[in-house]
Amino acid sequence: MYTVGIDIGSITAKAALLQDGRLISTNLIFTGYNSATAGKKVFSELLLAAGMNDTSGIKVVSTGYGRSSVDFADKAITEITCHAAGAYFLNEKIRFIIDIGGQDSKAILLDEKGKVKNFVMNDKCAAGTGRFLEVMARALEINLDDFGALSLDAQNPAQISSLCTVFAESEVISLISKGVARENIIAGIHESIGSRIVALAARTGLTTPLMVTGGVAKNVGLLGALEKALGFKPDVSKYAQLTGAIGAAVLANKL
Amino acid sequence: MAEKDPAKEKRKIKSVKKMKDIMTNYYIDAKMAEQNGKKVAWITSGGPVEPLIAMDVIPIYPENHGAMIGASKMGIDLCQKAEVMGYSSDLCSYARSDISCATVNGGPIGGLPKPDMLVCCNNICGTVLKWYEVQARYFNVPLFILDTPFCHTQFLPEARKYVHRQIEEYIVFLENACKKKMDHDRMKEVGRLSVEGQRLWQAVLDTAMNKPAPLSAFDAFFHLALIVTLRGTKQAVDYYEGLLAEMRERIADNIGAVENEKYRLLWDNLPVWYRTKWLSDKFAAADTCLVADTYTSAWCGTLKYIDENNFIESMAEAYTRIYLNIGVDEMARDVVSMIDKYSADGLVMHSNRSCKPYSFGQLDIQRIVREKRGLPSLMIEADMVDERFFSESQIETRIDAFMEVVKERKSCTR
Ligand code: SF4
Repeated sequence: MYTVGIDIGSITAKAALLQDGRLISTNLIFTGYNSATAGKKVFSELLLAAGMNDTSGIKVVSTGYGRSSVDFADKAITEITCHAAGAYFLNEKIRFIIDIGGQDSKAILLDEKGKVKNFVMNDKCAAGTGRFLEVMARALEINLDDFGALSLDAQNPAQISSLCTVFAESEVISLISKGVARENIIAGIHESIGSRIVALAARTGLTTPLMVTGGVAKNVGLLGALEKALGFKPDVSKYAQLTGAIGAAVLANKL
Repeated sequence: MAEKDPAKEKRKIKSVKKMKDIMTNYYIDAKMAEQNGKKVAWITSGGPVEPLIAMDVIPIYPENHGAMIGASKMGIDLCQKAEVMGYSSDLCSYARSDISCATVNGGPIGGLPKPDMLVCCNNICGTVLKWYEVQARYFNVPLFILDTPFCHTQFLPEARKYVHRQIEEYIVFLENACKKKMDHDRMKEVGRLSVEGQRLWQAVLDTAMNKPAPLSAFDAFFHLALIVTLRGTKQAVDYYEGLLAEMRERIADNIGAVENEKYRLLWDNLPVWYRTKWLSDKFAAADTCLVADTYTSAWCGTLKYIDENNFIESMAEAYTRIYLNIGVDEMARDVVSMIDKYSADGLVMHSNRSCKPYSFGQLDIQRIVREKRGLPSLMIEADMVDERFFSESQIETRIDAFMEVVKERKSCTR
């Protein structure tokens, strides 16, 4: 049986195809303006790449912020439950997840069966989310994809103390005008996110093995900052960004 | 017009209409007070209203008015007006909307009747002190402040004496403002009616122990109005007798507030007034009833300290030891006992940007509930009146995810 998970995030749309519980294909595109169109596109491209043209009998679960805009899905399930199922699929030992998404960060505690025991999401503010990084990248006029690598050169990470994105942005701007090296600023930004997320995780009963999911897991600088704040190295899958979509496909199997 | 759904009609609480009529008449009376030679006192929601009733003064609650402003979605406009006047957006939205409303006579009922005096009790928060000072200056009327020391772990004899002495001063203040003596027999009678009203209100809330609960916290938010505003009157007693009878009837007929109640949750903090319907539909769609809450139960939570034969004496303790004036450990104990009493499957906390004393200890209470009962809890960030602090898609995701967890857990323990 084929199952598909579609994860419509605020920045990217992801899809995963499972055949009898085995991952066979994935796809990722920008969500853009219309999440309903993104859902259709990410799905049709996924099937095309897998050489499938018959969609009948495929079970689909949608997740992410745009989950309700995927009108052809059999069910919509939140990203909390899907990330848990996805992480458990990727590594059954995982008991804790940190997910840094575009507008939400989450800390999820799992039980032995990979079920959600407890979760916390960031408060309303964008600080500690992917959006925060985007704003900072814009202030620094640096491509977000270069953030991770650049921060590795930091000698002396700057201190960013503001919890609010807007205030942090002006803090960054004043650091720039003071001539602080940008790698130090970037490293400071990563550390501020790292410590914020770890505080969130501590509220949820932080435990190990811990996996970092979501697109931000590609950022080596941020992973380093998380490792520093956690005091150990977290688990990261090469499918980090696709965890939610994979989890949705796993859950579709149980429909 | 579409046909009415009979099942839905059956679930509607009939007393609602009566309550609306009583509240309408109450506000009309208050607005006509001057013509009728009556005096009006504005009083904080946790303040001792009974002496006012005994003195025939009409009590008016800016906070109840604030709730009406919130429910009629007029909060943003009035809050912004206050901000233009120079008040910080961090100030409680009840205070902001009341302060600005007084200057423009806006809001759902064209402003509150002008006060002849103000009565401020700081058992709920410190904000009310400054708020009432502002209004005392604006209306140029006398202000009485009842200072109730915070009970971190206990209620000391010194505190009892201190508050009791102020209650005596309060009565003198009222006698001066009304230019007449307090009738102590009348005061006793009002005290008795107050206790009776509170007992009935507790009994109404207790009917939610039944499965399915005949009323939800969202219903309680509405029916609360009288125990706040007209506590100590026969009218409140009669109303709650009727409401209690209706709830018992619903239990007998197996009518629940939520059509297909499978999950039961406890709510903490003030309602999100402009979203009560949205939230109640959202939970009902997940077969979930919010069966009880820490907010509406605050108006009968200190019954244990009241001696109805010695009302004035025992008032000091009852008004000092209310939910918002006790330490977090005691609050958590109350929450845990409510969870047990109403067999809740989880806890929903509204982290209310306006109300700091209510929101401050929530993370600790959440942790204690997790440790003591192992129940999942959800934190929703919003504000009771100021809609600018409500983010629908974020809250929707949190509720959906939370309900997935609650369902999963319940299916495991079955
Ligand atoms: S801060 Fe809280 S207790 Fe004080 S007036 Fe505002 S809502 Fe009421």
